[in-house]
Amino acid sequence: MTQIAMPQPDPLILAKRERIIAGLKERVPAQWVITEEDERRPYETDALTAYRRLPLAVVLPGSTEEVAAILSFLSREGVKIIPRGAGTSLSGGALPQEDAVVVGVGRLNKVLDVDFTNRTARVQSGITNLAVTTHISPDGFFYAPDPSSQLACTIAGNIAMNSGGAHCLKYGVTTNNILGVRMVLLDGTIVDFGGETFDQPGYDWLSLVIGSEGQFGIVTEATLRILRACEGARPCLLGFDKVEDAGACVAAIIASGIIPVAIEYMDQTAIRICEDFAHAGYPLDVAAMLIVEVEGADAEIDVLLTHIEKVARENGARIVKVSKSEAESAAIWKGRKSAFGATGRIADYLCMDGTIPTGQLPYVLTRIGEIVAHHRLRVANVFHAGDGNLHPLILFNANDVDELERAEQAGNEILELCVEVGGCLTGEHGVGIEKRDLMEKQFTPVDLDQQIRVKLLFDPDWLLNPAKVFPLNLHPLPLGRAA
Amino acid sequence: MSASSLAPQNSLEVASIVRDAAARRQSIEIIGGGSKRALGRPLDAAITVDVSGLSGVTLYEPAELVVSARSGTPLQHVTDLLAQKGQMLPFEPADYRPLLASTGEPTIGGMVATNLSGPRRLHVGACRDAIIGCKFVNGRGEEIVSGGRVMKNVTGYDIGRAMAGAYGTLGVLTEITFKVLPRSHATLTLVYEGLSCDRAVALMSAAVASPFEVTAAAHIAEGNRARTCLRLEGFDASITYRAGRLIEDLAEYGQPQRLDAAPSKGLWREIGEARSIIEPADHVVWRLQMPPSRSAALVNSLRAMMDVSVLYDWAGGLVWLSHAPGDDVTAVRTAAKAGGGHATLIRAGEALRRRLSPFEPQAPAVEKLARGLKHAFDPAGILNPGRMYAGI
Repeated sequence: MTQIAMPQPDPLILAKRERIIAGLKERVPAQWVITEEDERRPYETDALTAYRRLPLAVVLPGSTEEVAAILSFLSREGVKIIPRGAGTSLSGGALPQEDAVVVGVGRLNKVLDVDFTNRTARVQSGITNLAVTTHISPDGFFYAPDPSSQLACTIAGNIAMNSGGAHCLKYGVTTNNILGVRMVLLDGTIVDFGGETFDQPGYDWLSLVIGSEGQFGIVTEATLRILRACEGARPCLLGFDKVEDAGACVAAIIASGIIPVAIEYMDQTAIRICEDFAHAGYPLDVAAMLIVEVEGADAEIDVLLTHIEKVARENGARIVKVSKSEAESAAIWKGRKSAFGATGRIADYLCMDGTIPTGQLPYVLTRIGEIVAHHRLRVANVFHAGDGNLHPLILFNANDVDELERAEQAGNEILELCVEVGGCLTGEHGVGIEKRDLMEKQFTPVDLDQQIRVKLLFDPDWLLNPAKVFPLNLHPLPLGRAA
Repeated sequence: MSASSLAPQNSLEVASIVRDAAARRQSIEIIGGGSKRALGRPLDAAITVDVSGLSGVTLYEPAELVVSARSGTPLQHVTDLLAQKGQMLPFEPADYRPLLASTGEPTIGGMVATNLSGPRRLHVGACRDAIIGCKFVNGRGEEIVSGGRVMKNVTGYDIGRAMAGAYGTLGVLTEITFKVLPRSHATLTLVYEGLSCDRAVALMSAAVASPFEVTAAAHIAEGNRARTCLRLEGFDASITYRAGRLIEDLAEYGQPQRLDAAPSKGLWREIGEARSIIEPADHVVWRLQMPPSRSAALVNSLRAMMDVSVLYDWAGGLVWLSHAPGDDVTAVRTAAKAGGGHATLIRAGEALRRRLSPFEPQAPAVEKLARGLKHAFDPAGILNPGRMYAGI
């Protein structure tokens, strides 16, 4: 058995399954209420595949009004609700429970309105992240947050997790790129937060909703900030014999006054795995490699890359390879972007997501190596170095129960290390179930109580995406500490 | 008038004061330097808590682009410190003392509580976007930590960011951590003269929708000759190239003057401070946020009713507007709302700020949530009560 506990299903809810299904079918066309076991099966997990729970039913509403009718009905019946986008969460954010109904927003996948003059796009939340950019790219625009899963993941999921990506060093994460949302509350009330203006009046509801992991309501529409793309972008590849030098180089580039759009780090294990898969021309004999990308017109890019090359050489880079063509750029990125997939070909892995102060990089990398070795496992390090968001991939064999447990233990120790050096448990994947039981390492009981009090405003009975984010012993708020 | 005034020197003392006040149900007005005290609804609190004793930068790591300061730290102190390392707060906070005819030293806490951002907000986001962590004392007198000191952090709800723009009604800020940015090596401003508001907004929209990274765009409608200003920042070769392309692509709007770094700096400071509309001093001043393409039409519709002075910033997304105190104050908000925007009353006499909500009234469902949120942070309702909206 794996370590993360989930609550026992409520027999009273299971007993009225037929009534719940009938109620759903009164509110959405029956074809969109999924009840057969084999059809529910695809919804039993997300990208944290070690955990599976078959939901009581799955419902796929086709409008905000249907979502409202569903939430109002389910909350009256006391049924737990698992909001779901595309199910790409790496932290178990979309993991169902046996006594819960999955409400999927996948059918809400349309672009409603694009306003290039005001640089906004209003979309339904079930649209995929990449589909937004694909829709507006013929006009030279893009939507900035670009998680690795952008081909599949939805805007709804991005909002729930406040997703990032490789380019947030310059463009920020989801919370910095959303102007407004339409959200359905548990009782079926439809509210609009924000709108088309830069700032919103009153409290900053978007701050609260974005990153609330589906625990405040279900977002059905969003107004996104879209940006005009620069004329071009080009990466360079820097190879180092010492891990410390690569870390120092990141700091030196930033301290020199340049903010590249991306600075990606890969260690030797990751380089070899990706090179094997993508044939990107990565140097196999270096200890660490950086991919640094800059944007602008050709002339601007030349100046920036010349400057970066100089800083890199001063910081011990042995290999400096500047992309000279679209094809070379694509190859450099193909290797990096296939890191998770390529790793998956050779082993199962747990993908960690802590963030650390970048000054701590060399120390943390050394300690990660020690922790993983202590648990007799291997690790590949791939991450967004510019903002200190680490993604150590702990390699293990899922058929070996003992290895999975050791991998989870090593993962927990790595995340605790991140907190210890002044960082945090999760930079972009979310807490979900995966980091739920570590929250007390980062926060005091009063910190968590304050967060829970905000949650209770939206969901006093813990029906929305329950058993996530907060340790189970804090559900509900202990009576003595209640408001 | 306040019955008593307290000056805590650290967050423990803040917590203790708030706990005592909560037990006695005594309301608290939180002040820093007091420079923006005339914003929002007038407050009659039992106790004034002056946090300017919570002062000092507690962390600055230039290579990590991060700075933390206690809430009472003078803003000037932080910007000076960052400037020594060639860095800045990205959102270009402005000094509103000339506008509000106030004195006192603007502080970090006041800047965050009001979430007012300057011209570069167009390009890099607001004050709230730069916040990566904060510490505050809630209405129970508990010290709460949210976020941290790293760029990317989704651990728990983002309640710290929600303190921005809450006007001290959810907690007493004690320390805030920001993402900072390098200052640009060079600056160039292109100034187009004599454009109408409609043409100016069209010009700014076209510039912002270009690939040439305009970091600020404003239209000063007042004065002898209207001026439309586009700012480019970066290194010399890049600015030269981008300016050339912009001038070429926007040729239909005329040939702009070029202002280099020093005059640019002064110009954008004046724009940030809304200098062009602050006289006469008795006029009512609004800050309207609009979808940029609708801002000129909004101003035109108001001009048909009254004399207004206007300054457009954020490519038209922000309109500073002033009019005589005798004019129909309700017309401004009605017009803004009709255009998909909202209006904040920034400068007005106390009587008007009591009569008319300075902040845009909220939809009933949102207002209900706002009361709930206030209760979740401040169940006794003692922190800056009514500063934003009656009842919260």
